[in-house]
Amino acid sequence: MSIKLENINYVYSEGTAYRKQALKDVSIEIPHGQFVGIIGHTGSGKSTLIQHLNGLIKATDGVYYFNGENVYADGYNMKSLRNQVGLVFQYPEHQLFEIDVLSDVCFGPKNQGLSKEECEKRAREALEAVGFPGKFYSQSPFDLSGGQKRRVAIAGVLAMRPKVLVLDEPTAGLDPAGRDEILDQIAKLHKESGMTVILVSHSMEDIAKYVDRIIVMNQGSKLFDGTPKEVFSHYKELENVGLAAPQVTYIMHALKERGFRVDTSVTTIDEAVEEIAKVL
Amino acid sequence: MSMIKTDKLIYEYAKLDDEGNVIGTNRAIDAVDLEVEPGQFVAILGHNGSGKSTLAKQLNAILTPTEGTVWVAGRNTKEPENIWDVRQSAGMVFQNPDNQIIGTVVEEDVGFGPENLGVPTDEIWTRVEESLKKVGMIEYRHHSPNKLSGGQKQRVAIAGVIAMRPQCIVLDEPTAMLDPNGRKEVLRTVEELRKKEKVTVILITHYMEEVVGADRVIVMDKGSIVMEGSPKRIFSRVEELKKYRLDVPQATLLAYELQKKGVKLPDGILSTEELVEALCQLN
Repeated sequence: MSIKLENINYVYSEGTAYRKQALKDVSIEIPHGQFVGIIGHTGSGKSTLIQHLNGLIKATDGVYYFNGENVYADGYNMKSLRNQVGLVFQYPEHQLFEIDVLSDVCFGPKNQGLSKEECEKRAREALEAVGFPGKFYSQSPFDLSGGQKRRVAIAGVLAMRPKVLVLDEPTAGLDPAGRDEILDQIAKLHKESGMTVILVSHSMEDIAKYVDRIIVMNQGSKLFDGTPKEVFSHYKELENVGLAAPQVTYIMHALKERGFRVDTSVTTIDEAVEEIAKVL
Repeated sequence: MSMIKTDKLIYEYAKLDDEGNVIGTNRAIDAVDLEVEPGQFVAILGHNGSGKSTLAKQLNAILTPTEGTVWVAGRNTKEPENIWDVRQSAGMVFQNPDNQIIGTVVEEDVGFGPENLGVPTDEIWTRVEESLKKVGMIEYRHHSPNKLSGGQKQRVAIAGVIAMRPQCIVLDEPTAMLDPNGRKEVLRTVEELRKKEKVTVILITHYMEEVVGADRVIVMDKGSIVMEGSPKRIFSRVEELKKYRLDVPQATLLAYELQKKGVKLPDGILSTEELVEALCQLN
């Protein structure tokens, strides 16, 4: 289920005084099964970009191929695209509405026209995949803690069995342990199911720890695209566009300046420990 | 006089059934004794549901105690006639800037607070200008708040609070929705207010790096204060923090992992500079 965006442009409020070009000539290819991070300052075009992926918005100009098929061609089945690309919005728990957890997670598959048994089976699987405890399935989703609500909301998208999972800041507002648990579970899901995962985040530390590839957006264009090591080696340019490198990367640079012969491309704690231990 | 003092503060939320009848209570704050001196920077950490935000809401009388007492600048928050003075003394900034901004023009939004306090019009404009200068947003005074970035909106929200001339600002996860630059902008603004205006700051956050400069860190769990001390002392207790679902800054974690490998580093390293310095000492 590859994704290929070719010269995508998107303009909000065309023809009015509020015209704003949110995306400029963006071309991206994501082969099936990658774990991709998207970073960029507020207003850089990240959210506009990901809403193209399941067809919520249509490019003003450019072509989007999903699994080799032109999504914008006449007669393309948008419904099937939305079943295959699951989008988890920011603060997804605001969208919970059912009387109990299990019914809420069943809502997606129910709309896909599946039988009640199949819906429940998928809902249970999805809740299990996000580490939601079984004893709370019949609770009202509104009585749960923030972290648990977020899990239920993510499970609601997973229950539709998407091939591509897109998450817009899934850990915003969660405590550190909740953040790690959710990201660990997503990483596990990615590994076990082989699905493509696209993670939008403002936390450079999280991005560095989990993804294979980072796409940096700036003012509607793609600024960098590469492995975390490649992208964070441009830490000075990243600062100029409102971003940063993980704190460990700065530590390594500072050590190098003081004469330590360390590799400055380090982006995670584990790598840094190993690298520093080598030179001491 | 303390800026803030709580004595055996207890707060219970009522549990309601579908018809709105009270079927029980949920204790969110359990016998908290807290004292904050004027000009202090106190950071409050704790996992989701630990009682941090409920405590914050007690500090400007959005909520009042079920049992025990809260005094803000010496005024008991339970006395209805104190409510305006309490809210003028302790201003609040919340997580989502979009929920706090009501004006269609930046300067009008900032003027809303003092206007409600009955400040004369000329004085309101003086305060608006002063406050916007203090948060570095004066050049945006005629802009629409909608078009600002998250960090800029949060600074406008802070300006709106300081236009009421509070002695204390309570910030409840003000950076949770911001990108790295927005986070820096907000923290720099708070730091300046503290240094130049001597405003008391109470900061609630999930970002451990933001706490490093605090005078005192308080950790909450199940509605109680479970750890309290300087950032250095708190962050040297890595395992205990993890137990409370918290974390430490990356520099601290790296130092801790190196210590476990036998590298002789001192406890309580908080910043890149401290870690680099300590490693240089070793060589």
